[in-house]
Amino acid sequence: MSAVDQETPAIQVRGLRNAFGSQVVHEDLDMDVRRGEIIGVVGGSGTGKSVLMRAILGLREPQAGTIEVLGVDALSEAGRSSGVIEKNTGVLYQNGALFSSLTVAENVAVPLKEHYGELPEDMIQDLALLKIRMAGLGEDAGAKLPSQLSGGMRKRAALARALALDPELLFLDEPTAGLDPIAAAAFDTLIKTLQRALGLTVFLITHDLDTLYTICDRVAVLADRRVLVNAPLAEVETFDHPWVQEYFHGPRGRAAQAAQAKEA
Amino acid sequence: MSERPSIENSDSHPGILVAGGDWTLANAQALLALLAAAPESAKDIDGRDISRLDSAGAMMLSRYAVKVGLGLATVAVQPEFQPLTGTVQAICESPPRTKRRDYGVRQMLGRMGYAVEDYTRESLALVGFLGLTLKTGLGVALRPARFRLTPTVHHMEQVGLDAVPLVILLSFMVGAVIAFLGATVLRDFGAEIFVVELVGIAFLREFGVLLTAILLAGRTASAFTAQIGAMQSGEEIDAIRTLGLDPIELLVIPRLVALVVMLPLLTFLAMIAGIGGGMAVSVASLGITPEMFITRLQETLEVRHFWVGLAKAPLFAVVIALIGCLEGFQVQGTAQSVGERTTSSVVQSISLVILLDAFAALFFMEMDW
Repeated sequence: MSAVDQETPAIQVRGLRNAFGSQVVHEDLDMDVRRGEIIGVVGGSGTGKSVLMRAILGLREPQAGTIEVLGVDALSEAGRSSGVIEKNTGVLYQNGALFSSLTVAENVAVPLKEHYGELPEDMIQDLALLKIRMAGLGEDAGAKLPSQLSGGMRKRAALARALALDPELLFLDEPTAGLDPIAAAAFDTLIKTLQRALGLTVFLITHDLDTLYTICDRVAVLADRRVLVNAPLAEVETFDHPWVQEYFHGPRGRAAQAAQAKEA
Repeated sequence: MSERPSIENSDSHPGILVAGGDWTLANAQALLALLAAAPESAKDIDGRDISRLDSAGAMMLSRYAVKVGLGLATVAVQPEFQPLTGTVQAICESPPRTKRRDYGVRQMLGRMGYAVEDYTRESLALVGFLGLTLKTGLGVALRPARFRLTPTVHHMEQVGLDAVPLVILLSFMVGAVIAFLGATVLRDFGAEIFVVELVGIAFLREFGVLLTAILLAGRTASAFTAQIGAMQSGEEIDAIRTLGLDPIELLVIPRLVALVVMLPLLTFLAMIAGIGGGMAVSVASLGITPEMFITRLQETLEVRHFWVGLAKAPLFAVVIALIGCLEGFQVQGTAQSVGERTTSSVVQSISLVILLDAFAALFFMEMDW
């Protein structure tokens, strides 16, 4: 955490190009994520939301462009080997990606043991338990295997693991997909609460309009191979682009807007 | 940029501790050292000088506060950290944590209890599964149109035909070894010719069927478990049920029938191959000609030995097929579960086959068959 510069944006992407063979997903894509904000990334299927996340995380090498994460060049060899990015990011994958043969507590302890192996075992256990409870699970959930949990609980367990290292930057890939509306709303609240308490920067890929309206500070729309607009919701809603208009002013968009207006 | 965390007595206000620096996970070692050196008690802790705080640091601060007789709530921190300390305090200091970590006798007893319960449940499940399969099998027998011939033939090929080379090779080798052993012992009495009876009786009564059953338990029971287990974890079994089909009828009966038909046939081959192995050794190193060997076999060996051996084959086939399929149905979701169940099915079927064979040997001996 020490080597992280406080002033630069959390994520800065410039001129990114991603292509699979002849199919170009991103072309000259620019994007900024400010520190301490929750940014919602939306876009139709196949617009490369997950590809963008994988490129930022260093799981995929882009064809061109620069990516800086917390002021560190994510694409250079030095930036990758420093471990700064791994130590300061947590990722919640779409299906949780919990290790199925480990208990929830062991899952949460994995990154702690990897990066802070010198800590005494009971300290690691206590930290794991703290994260599990911060993610809104009971203490008894720690001893369970992922297969013994419901879908919502598995997401919370995966969130606990993503938070294990007290990261500055949290990536969430469709956190509310597959949850019932009540569980999804509870998960939104949880993310907002944790973001406030821990001062997190959150990169949130979602299709869930309610999530966008309730917790996101800014919304980035991916379309036409680039970030079309990256602004607060009120601005994005009025953006003149057929996909954006259909997305926010279609029946579902209107329902989410109405729900938000009623709450406010 | 990183500041070491510190906590020390205030100069101006005795009894008040002033905390400062970075209370973060990266400094956890230093925090542990501070915690170890904490005084007995303090009037107050002032945390407003803490420059960076994360949840691990907040947990350590909470522990420190509790150790000196205070709580995290009384520690003043920068307003930006207040949501964090509030969250951590609610978790760390609310109901006293019940730590039940016991690696001693109680846990051993507990594990023994679980193991006994597991075995009981598995045994009951096997008996129940046998009943279910018999019932379904009877239903199929009454309405032969429901019998699925194509998968049955497919399994016959996989279970039976594909195993022929292996069964023949291994039986031949074991037959040769037995002949060698017998010859070494019998030569001292000048009774090498009795090798013929030794190999003949051993293979007809016991080894033919036992070797085949053990081979198939390793080869086939594991395959059944993995096949059905993969279907179970992919929710295919549930799909079969909701489509109104019977998974027992669809998956178990063809496998069971295939194995019940093929195991006796393989057993027969194993008997021939084993005796062949014995004959090869006799001819090569004992000076018994093949004609002598076969004549002696025909003169001395009664056909009841053959029937005793072969009678056990269908029983073993049922045991192997049932355990293989049942373990497959008990797979739960994960990849590890498929592995565990496969191991368990091989272990169970091999042990049960040997156990049953021992009982059968006793039974046939008492009956003088």
